Amino acid sequence: MDPHHKRNQLLSLAGMCAIVLFLLYAQTYGTSYDVRILNNCALFIILAVSYNLINGVTGQFSLEPNAFVAIGAYTSALLTLTPMEKEISFIIEPIIWPLSVIHIPFIFSLIAEGVVTAIFGFIMGFPVFRVRGDYLAIVTLGFGEVVRVVANNAQTVTNGPLGLKGLAPYTNLWWSWGFAIFTVFMISRLVKSSYGRALKAVKYDESAAEAVGINTFWHKMLAFTCSAFFEGVGGGLLAHLITTISPTLFTFFLTFNLLIMIVMGGLGSITGSIIAAVFVTWGSEVLRFVEEPMHLGFIDIPPVPGMRMVIFSLILIFLMIFARNGIMGTREFTWNGVIDWIQKYVKPAGKGT
Amino acid sequence: MSDFFAATGLTMKFGGLIAVNDFNISLSEGEIVGLIGPNGAGKTTVFNMLAGYYVPSEGSIRFRSQILNGRKANEITKLGIARTFQNIRLFSDLSVVENVTIAYHCRIRSTFLGAVFRLPLYRREEKEMYEGAMNLLNEVGLSHVTGERSNSLPYGMQRRLEIARALATGPRILLLDEPAAGMNPRETMELIDLIRRLRDAHRLTVFLIEHDMKFVMKICERIKVLDYGTTIAEGTPEVIQNDPRVIEAYLGEA
Amino acid sequence: MDVTILLQQFINALSLGSLYGLIAIGYTMVYGILRLINFAHGDIMMMGCFFAFYGIFMFSLSWWASFVIAIVLTAVLGIMIDRGAYRPVRNAPRISALITAIGVSFLLENVGLVVFGGRPKGFPRPEFLGTIHELWGVRFLGLLIWTPLVTLLLLAFILFVVYRTRVGRAMRCISFDMETTRLMGVDVNRIVAITFAIGSAVAAAGGILWAMKYPQINPLMGIIPGLKAFVAAVLGGIGNVTGAMAGGLLLGFAEIFLVAINPDLAGYRDAIAFAILILILLFRPSGLMGEKLPE
Repeated sequence: MDPHHKRNQLLSLAGMCAIVLFLLYAQTYGTSYDVRILNNCALFIILAVSYNLINGVTGQFSLEPNAFVAIGAYTSALLTLTPMEKEISFIIEPIIWPLSVIHIPFIFSLIAEGVVTAIFGFIMGFPVFRVRGDYLAIVTLGFGEVVRVVANNAQTVTNGPLGLKGLAPYTNLWWSWGFAIFTVFMISRLVKSSYGRALKAVKYDESAAEAVGINTFWHKMLAFTCSAFFEGVGGGLLAHLITTISPTLFTFFLTFNLLIMIVMGGLGSITGSIIAAVFVTWGSEVLRFVEEPMHLGFIDIPPVPGMRMVIFSLILIFLMIFARNGIMGTREFTWNGVIDWIQKYVKPAGKGT
Repeated sequence: MSDFFAATGLTMKFGGLIAVNDFNISLSEGEIVGLIGPNGAGKTTVFNMLAGYYVPSEGSIRFRSQILNGRKANEITKLGIARTFQNIRLFSDLSVVENVTIAYHCRIRSTFLGAVFRLPLYRREEKEMYEGAMNLLNEVGLSHVTGERSNSLPYGMQRRLEIARALATGPRILLLDEPAAGMNPRETMELIDLIRRLRDAHRLTVFLIEHDMKFVMKICERIKVLDYGTTIAEGTPEVIQNDPRVIEAYLGEA
Repeated sequence: MDVTILLQQFINALSLGSLYGLIAIGYTMVYGILRLINFAHGDIMMMGCFFAFYGIFMFSLSWWASFVIAIVLTAVLGIMIDRGAYRPVRNAPRISALITAIGVSFLLENVGLVVFGGRPKGFPRPEFLGTIHELWGVRFLGLLIWTPLVTLLLLAFILFVVYRTRVGRAMRCISFDMETTRLMGVDVNRIVAITFAIGSAVAAAGGILWAMKYPQINPLMGIIPGLKAFVAAVLGGIGNVTGAMAGGLLLGFAEIFLVAINPDLAGYRDAIAFAILILILLFRPSGLMGEKLPE
């Protein structure tokens, strides 16, 4: 259908090579701080793009990613810690069998946590998609809270408020970016397929979607379960990046960050989610200074934790009032689009010289 | 009573209000039947029951020896009854051709994994969906605007696009809710031709609601008249035009 | 369970339930007319507590003066939030309004962290609320008896406003159809502002009672009571003031007695509300008092 198919494939390949080269460069010459930020960017791309699948593409406004990420993180931690490490960690109450003896390699744990989280999402979808709109938001938020409460209390599985420590730092640039690219690839393939069109139909008009024979419930479930899968794997990668997890990591705060990203990028646009994920991750590093103590000549400002979130909350409100479509609206990046743009703006200037 | 499609004793109550009372309709294959009546007579409620949007309080709906009561709208569409809406409901942000390809989705055999990995079956189906959509758009005279956003089309074209979308689900019965609303006389005449043409090409049975009497009298072979939820008359256009109860229902309203 | 303990738990449940109910009233009023879940409601309650706290400790006001001023200030804050954040998105898609509300919620929490600091602060109790009474062998704080009484008074006041005044009639009209009400010459924005003011004031009153109970305040204290109060509002059928109060009481009793019956559940107390919410939505989506859930 597209006459430029070959060319676009080549461009994508070139783009991929550029990313690999960049990562190689960052790995070799970057400081550990740079590497950490790049890892964070990749993780937030994974989380934001998969969150966007249910919230943006399918239009089912839900607030559960912190639950999914938590489940993924705990699953992966419990699977990769050695029986010895687990015995040491669980000082208040011992860990239950069979978790106490299971120990599998990192790569299999990634698959396992994706599957576990997807199963959880699938089960959760049954009550959740009986409701719409605001109620959907509150119920999914409730699930997030329930998961947090369980993580705090199920001592024999999660080690309670102490959390799990000493995970091997498996997550490096290759894992994080590799999986980020995989996530983006899979989700955009899904969105661009017939199933993706059906998801969009559910978003734009549920009655009309039913009228053309789309089972809206199962399509919501599909988007939700896929979203859960990727959030879960993202959670596992996160766990092995920061190497310590505890219930406080997975509060609504995490969901809020992702929400800002998908809203800023434009609900429904994968490209937008990627741009905004990078922008917000990077931006919150840049904004670190506002929370630090400052010496402004004659006055000293003490450190102010929370200032960055004040700024981000204001940005979110501002976006809703003045720029509801975010950066991309529902548009997506395509090579054709880029080339058209270049031809439109660059060529005439070139001819002039 | 036809064994192709028959609804008997359909009644819809909302709280204490009886919106439709004891409605009966049977359709034979290939017919074009009209449902008319003053505003608020319960016509769209009948459609919503037939298409699975409301569960009738009483009565039964049978289509080719299957009972449709209690089935969901998407299942009824898959069984072969497609509808359009009174207030056009297109997927506004999507392109014209996408609006139609979406409607083929309910019949594809590929799983979502097949679609994500672009397996051969999916690629073939995707091609068929696209070509089918293009053919349908051609049939309804929209082949020149396939790439436009559906909500940028003029009103009459949106109506025709909605019909094309309904056709893409592969229906045997087409329920049209006020297909001529907002059209000028010339467009209305073209619509008559179009509906007849589609009926013949796709072996459809058409059941439609319409206020435009000229349109109804010209296209329908049989007409039912509803007033206050009750059927007050039924018959050929000639019979209906001369029925005193129908005249009273309409004049009483005016 | 012997009778003394039962009575003890009954008093606990009654006062906890009243608090949920008081906070739920604000949710239900705002939802009733705007179809907006005011996510920030719990945080508005938190602000009320801090206003009262600073009234006492910074401006050395007597407790009752600072409580009254705090309630008034919170009402003003409610109006400002409506004016600044919600009114601009009133005609936007519902989801935009919800996202704005989430933004406002985070804004209040983090402004709280920046301005008040994250460390919990002890909240003072007037003496007569802090004394311990004894009745039939049951010992309880005066506060636990005063809470339901104050709640009852506020509920009566709100019911009076909603069902016996012109403003209340306008509120009920808007909840049916905002556009038509506007066409009838009602200043919709004014009525909405009044609703926010009343809802916020009641939340502040509830918050102050809450703060005296624990007796500690911090900028994140509003989150959990806010969520639970929302569940209470849904439980009672959202949009229904009496229902919100009934839902609050029911939730209070469920939490206290489930834990009393099975102490192992203590850690899971915060999850009970959501378990109930999910059950309701599964089996009786219109809430227990029977108003229909909007699509």
